[in-house]
Amino acid sequence: MSELTLTVMRLGFLAVLWLFVIVSIQVIRSDLFGTRVTQRTARRAEAQRPPQRPQPQQPPQGGGRRGRGRNAPTKLVVTEGSLTGTTVALQGQTITLGRAHDSTIVLDDDYASSRHARIYPDRDGKWIVEDLGSTNGTYLDRTRLTTPTPIPLEAPIRIGKTVIELRK
Amino acid sequence: MSNLTTTGSNTTVSSGGLPSRRNTELAMLVFAVLVPVFAYANVGLAINGELPSGMLGYGCGLVLLAGVGHLVVRRYAPYADPLLLPLATMLNGLGLVLIWRLDQSERLRQRAESAFGAFSPDAPKQLLYSAIGLALFVAILLFLKDHRVLQRYTYISMAVGLVLLVLPMFFPARNGARIWVDLGFINLQPGEFVKIILAVFFAGYLMVKRDALALASRRFMGMYLPRGRDLGPILVIWALSLMILVFETDLGTSLLFFGLFVIMLYVATERTSWIVFGLLLSAGGAAVVATFEPHVQERVQAWLHPFSEEVIQSTGSDQIAQSLWAFGSGGVLGTGWGQGNSDLIGFAANSDFILATVGEELGLTGMMAVLLIYGLIVERGVRISLAARDPFGKLLAVGLSGAFGLQVFVVAGGVMGLIPLTGMTMPFLASGGSSVLANWALIGILLRISDTARRPAPAPAPSPDAEMTQVVRP
Repeated sequence: MSELTLTVMRLGFLAVLWLFVIVSIQVIRSDLFGTRVTQRTARRAEAQRPPQRPQPQQPPQGGGRRGRGRNAPTKLVVTEGSLTGTTVALQGQTITLGRAHDSTIVLDDDYASSRHARIYPDRDGKWIVEDLGSTNGTYLDRTRLTTPTPIPLEAPIRIGKTVIELRK
Repeated sequence: MSNLTTTGSNTTVSSGGLPSRRNTELAMLVFAVLVPVFAYANVGLAINGELPSGMLGYGCGLVLLAGVGHLVVRRYAPYADPLLLPLATMLNGLGLVLIWRLDQSERLRQRAESAFGAFSPDAPKQLLYSAIGLALFVAILLFLKDHRVLQRYTYISMAVGLVLLVLPMFFPARNGARIWVDLGFINLQPGEFVKIILAVFFAGYLMVKRDALALASRRFMGMYLPRGRDLGPILVIWALSLMILVFETDLGTSLLFFGLFVIMLYVATERTSWIVFGLLLSAGGAAVVATFEPHVQERVQAWLHPFSEEVIQSTGSDQIAQSLWAFGSGGVLGTGWGQGNSDLIGFAANSDFILATVGEELGLTGMMAVLLIYGLIVERGVRISLAARDPFGKLLAVGLSGAFGLQVFVVAGGVMGLIPLTGMTMPFLASGGSSVLANWALIGILLRISDTARRPAPAPAPSPDAEMTQVVRP
C-alpha cells in the first residue's frame, strides 16, 4: 500500500468517525435546541387563528417557555384542601394530579382517583385541564368536566376537597 | 408536530404520541456498522496490504448483531431512545476492530507464546461475547416489560450486590487484584454486574428515604448540612467501599461503588453537601488505605513516577509509561490504523489499556470522537432520567448512566495518567466477556426506561357518569 493511500484512509476514517458523532448530535438536536422548534410552531398557530382569541396575546418572544403574553398564568396555586398554599410554577410542562405517587401534585384525598386530572399547555400556550376518567370528577367552577377545557385565570378547579387556581 | 391533532376548537394531545424515531435509529445503525467495517479494511490494508480475509465474517456478525437489536427494539420498545443502540453498536464494533488489530501484532503473539505456550486470538471470543451480550439485551427487552418491576427487588438486589462484591475475596488474586470469580468453566468479573444491581438498590432505597435525607438539614456556610444520624447510609457505603479496597485491593470497584452512591444521593436530594462529603470521605479513605496497603502504594507510585527506573523495576511493568508514549506518538491525527506500536504495552494491551491504541492510531482527533460517543451515551441516560415519569425510573437511569460515565472516567483517567490506574475495563471497547455482557444489559435497561417514559399515555376512558348526565333531560 502506498503511503498516500494510507494517509487518505487515515484521515478519511477520522472524518467518518466525526461525521458519525455530528450526525448523532443532529439526531438529538431537538433536545438541545428544542425550544426553537416549539416556538416556530407556536407562532404559526398564532398566525392562523387570531380571531378565536378572547384576549389578544403578544406573540412569543425569546424561548417558547417565556413571553406567553401578559395574561398568561405563571403559577398554579392550591387554595383549599390539605395542600393549601402549595404553588407550582407553570413552565410548559404537563401537571398531573392524583393520588399516584408519581403525580406532579400528589393529592391525599379519599375523593381523588390515582390519576385524576392533568393540566397542560396547548400549542398556543393556553392551559387546558382534562379529567382522566376519574371516579368523582373534576369541576371547573360548578361544572363537571367532560372534555379538555381551557382554564380561565383564577377559576377554581375542584378535585374532591382540593381546589386549585391558575394565577399570574 | 404530528402529536397534536385539532378537533374543533380544542387542541388535544392525541394518543398517537411522539414519533417513535425507529427509522432514525436504523439509519444510525447502518452508519455505526459501516464505520467499524471501514476501520477493519483500514487495518488489513495497513498491515498486510490487502483486505483482511475475515472482513466479511466480522462485517456480517456486526450487521447481524445490529439487525437483531434493531428489530427487537422496534417490536418491543418502539418508543425507546433512537441513539443508544447505534452508539453502543459503534463502540462494540470499534472494540472488535481494535482487538483484532492487536491480535495481528507479532510482539503480543510472541509474548503470549513465551508466557502461556500458545497464542489464541481474542477477537473471535469478543465477537462471541458480543453476541451473548446482545442476547442478554434482547432478553431484558423481552422480559422486563416495565422497569418498575425492579423496584420490588430493592433489598434482594442489595443482598445480591453485596454477595457479588464479597465473592471475589474467596478466589485467588490475579495480577494483584481479587476481582475474578473462577467457576471452572468460566471466569466472571462480578464488579461489572454489581454496578447495575446496586443502581437498582440505591434507586429503590433513595426513592423512599430521600425526603428524610433532603429535608432534615441545617444551613451552614451556604450549604445544607445533614443531621448526624442521616449520615448513616453514606458512612456504611463508605466503610464497605474501603473494605473492598483493603481486602480485594481493587481501587476501581471501590471507587465506582462509592461514586455511584454519591451521585445518586446528590440527584435524589439535590443537596450539594453530599458531593462535598463524598469527595472528602473518599479522599480521606484512599489516603489512609494508601499508607498501609502495598498494592495501592504501587499503583500510586506508578502513577506519580511512570518513567522512573525504580518504579518500573519494583512494579515489574512499564505499562503506564508505554501507554503514555503511545498517546504521545499518536499526536493530533494519529499514526493510522495498524501502524502504531501500542502493542509494546504488552500485558492487558487489549483490555485495560485499549484506549492507548485508540490514542496512538487515531490520535487526539479520534480519541475525542470516541470519548464524545461515551459522553453521548451518558447524555442520553440523563435525558432518559429527565423524561422518566416515576421517581424510581429517574433515579435508576441516572444511576446507570452515572456508573457508566464514572467507569469511563476511571479507566480513561488511569490510562492517561490523570489518576492512579485501577484495573477496570473500558465499556464495550475492551476485550472481556463480563464487561460486554453487563454493558449491553445496562443499555437494555436504559432503553426500557426510555420506552416507558416516551410511550404516550393511554387515552383516558370516557367517564360513564358524565355521558349519562348529558343524556338525561328534565
